Amino acid sequence: MSRRRVVVTGLGLVSPLGNSVADSWQGILQGKSGAAPITAFDASGFSTTFAATVKDFDPSQFMPLKEARKMDPFIRYGLAAGIQAMEDSGLEVTDANAPRIGCSIGSGIGGVGSIEDTKITLVEKGARRISPFFVPGAIINMVAGNLSIKYGLRGPNIAATTACTTGTHSIGLGARLIQYGDADVMVCGGAEMATTPVGLGGFAAARALSTRNDDPQAASRPWDRDRDGFVLGEGAGVLVLEEYEHAKARGAKIYAELSGFGMSGDAHHMTSPPEDGAGAALSMRNALNDAKLEAVDYINAHGTSTPLGDKAECLAVRSVFGSHVENLAVSSTKSMIGHLLGAAGAVEAIFSVLAIRDQVAPPTINLENPDEVCEGVNLVPHTAQERRIDSVLSNSFGFGGTNGSLVFQKI
Amino acid sequence: MSSIEERVKKIVAEQLGVKEEDVKPEASFVEDLGADSLDTVELVMALEEEFETEIPDEEAEKITTVQLAIDYINNNLA
Repeated sequence: MSRRRVVVTGLGLVSPLGNSVADSWQGILQGKSGAAPITAFDASGFSTTFAATVKDFDPSQFMPLKEARKMDPFIRYGLAAGIQAMEDSGLEVTDANAPRIGCSIGSGIGGVGSIEDTKITLVEKGARRISPFFVPGAIINMVAGNLSIKYGLRGPNIAATTACTTGTHSIGLGARLIQYGDADVMVCGGAEMATTPVGLGGFAAARALSTRNDDPQAASRPWDRDRDGFVLGEGAGVLVLEEYEHAKARGAKIYAELSGFGMSGDAHHMTSPPEDGAGAALSMRNALNDAKLEAVDYINAHGTSTPLGDKAECLAVRSVFGSHVENLAVSSTKSMIGHLLGAAGAVEAIFSVLAIRDQVAPPTINLENPDEVCEGVNLVPHTAQERRIDSVLSNSFGFGGTNGSLVFQKI
Repeated sequence: MSSIEERVKKIVAEQLGVKEEDVKPEASFVEDLGADSLDTVELVMALEEEFETEIPDEEAEKITTVQLAIDYINNNLA
């Protein structure tokens, strides 16, 4: 029996470039940067004072404020993206299909801001003042939980937590559940909001962040010789994945097929990849094998703008694609929206799907002087490129050496 | 200075996300105002904060309506 096929039928986004798919995608194609000085708290004592934050997000558009008050911002972002994706899919949830519709939406870090605030409450006011909503408002699976409650989705309900690969794994694992027959529809993605004092301070302490405080919009510069770390981003991306025949039967709008998913572990170091990108290469190969493809037209790279990571990924791409590298377009949308950690893979999967829909490769901005390791690779500098895109590979690599790759194809 | 009744009603309205005019003395937090078990825990915490008092758990469990909250504050304050 042939494998059940999985297609994408709904998209939802909250990103540093806009609180909808249309606004975010428009910003991406125009090469805009979502980075700006942090205003939500006083960041003046931190080595990095800027981030790519979500702007003008109004939770009351998506949920009663009474409910929003009980949720960490990452849950609000995730729910907003999930609601957009459900509405975009046009899927009607009924008593009959509800047990076959599930959620796979994770977060890299979860409600770190809520943990910080609650610790302050504990110290200043005592244990009796800890909110009963602290735990359900902070734990990682609560985007999936709340979305299932809102729509009555009674299928599998899971939340992966694999650092910066969370979004990619959540989508890949959701697709597997459809292929295996556990569900016909999976609402998949990731959400993150770690732009808090402890979140920013933690990544800054690990020397992971760019310190280009005088020019935040030029700070995320994947593969550029002057890159100095990633830009902390926040937001959420959610995709509705659906079994192909199920989608066809209801006349759904189909964006693309999710034809491949691969994973690997670096088995190397807590925060650094091996220099040759062997783990990244294995992840990409596994995804290509799953899709039964030897090459793709476009890669939405992990490309975080860290000195080591960008180099390793480029070497990995070379080792996987060989001479086909010359025909590839490879870009990093993180140059514009920063690194959304556990949401990154989901947001970038959406950009990958839209690249197929619109036949355009998003740009890598701020790429003034490409690293010599990337010579001969089309990194789509500065401006988007219209080109034939039938297949896309989207990469995510996370702390702990956890890797994931997705392949989307035109259908 | 608002009366205890007014202050209680204001807190209930804020905590449960309902209109102040719906917060009638006989209204039950769960039955009439849509609170769940966690909402009522947080509501009691808000009352404790507003009236600078501590409501023991066994007493808090009995406060199920707006009037019972007003009565508790009246009987245990000042």
